[in-house]
Amino acid sequence: MMNCKEATRMVSEGLDRDLALGEKLRLQLHLFICDYCRNFSKQGNFLRRAAQSANKRKSD
Amino acid sequence: MTLPDDQQLAEFRDYLLRYALYRLRDEAAAEEAVQDTLLAALQAKSGFGAQSSVKTWLTGILKHKIIDAQRKLCREPLQIDERVDSDGDVSDFDGLFDKTGHWGSDGPRTWANPDASLEQQDFWRMYEKCNERLTKRTALVFAMRESLGYEIEEICQNLEITATNCSVLLYRARMSLRLCLEKNWFGERS
Repeated sequence: MMNCKEATRMVSEGLDRDLALGEKLRLQLHLFICDYCRNFSKQGNFLRRAAQSANKRKSD
Repeated sequence: MTLPDDQQLAEFRDYLLRYALYRLRDEAAAEEAVQDTLLAALQAKSGFGAQSSVKTWLTGILKHKIIDAQRKLCREPLQIDERVDSDGDVSDFDGLFDKTGHWGSDGPRTWANPDASLEQQDFWRMYEKCNERLTKRTALVFAMRESLGYEIEEICQNLEITATNCSVLLYRARMSLRLCLEKNWFGERS
């Protein structure tokens, strides 16, 4: 079973490349039972939206 | 062909500086890239006329200068907290996890309606502060990936770093930024 340290790495990598099916499944399983890592994953997505909107703000 | 007057030049300079600063996240490097751009522009005035606008032309030159500067920034000696084991392990966040690699008592919390924060000036001030805490190299890679939307391969190529190194830097950026925002912004709100 993946631990949280590995899961957070996998979440981060998933934002940068397509995960392999096995990686995806193991991560999904972990996220299913781990609130902390699920929050981490949502926060990673939020950071992306924030960075993009920071970019728009700068270019306005 | 008409050359820009002083006021126009100052406006271009401001624009180019903002453009460079955002991509390099380093003031000195941004200044230098803009200087180099204006110098190159003066030396090659003949390119002026053919371009749709001077601004476009200058920005085109600046883009090349920025890539050079990014490479240079990435070659600067590593700071202690940037050292990464050859297998790409990041140990600087070990304190957040327990011995079995699970979150300790201080794991990521639920952020209530985070997108509403994007509308608030105070949030952006904190966001900048949190960004400033990242090391140059980390901030640079994060900006290239998340603000400018580069693919990993492009970042590796431009900065001449490995994919592993790149993914470690992005992990570090995300871990640091989320921790900083949770402690200093979202913590008070949930």
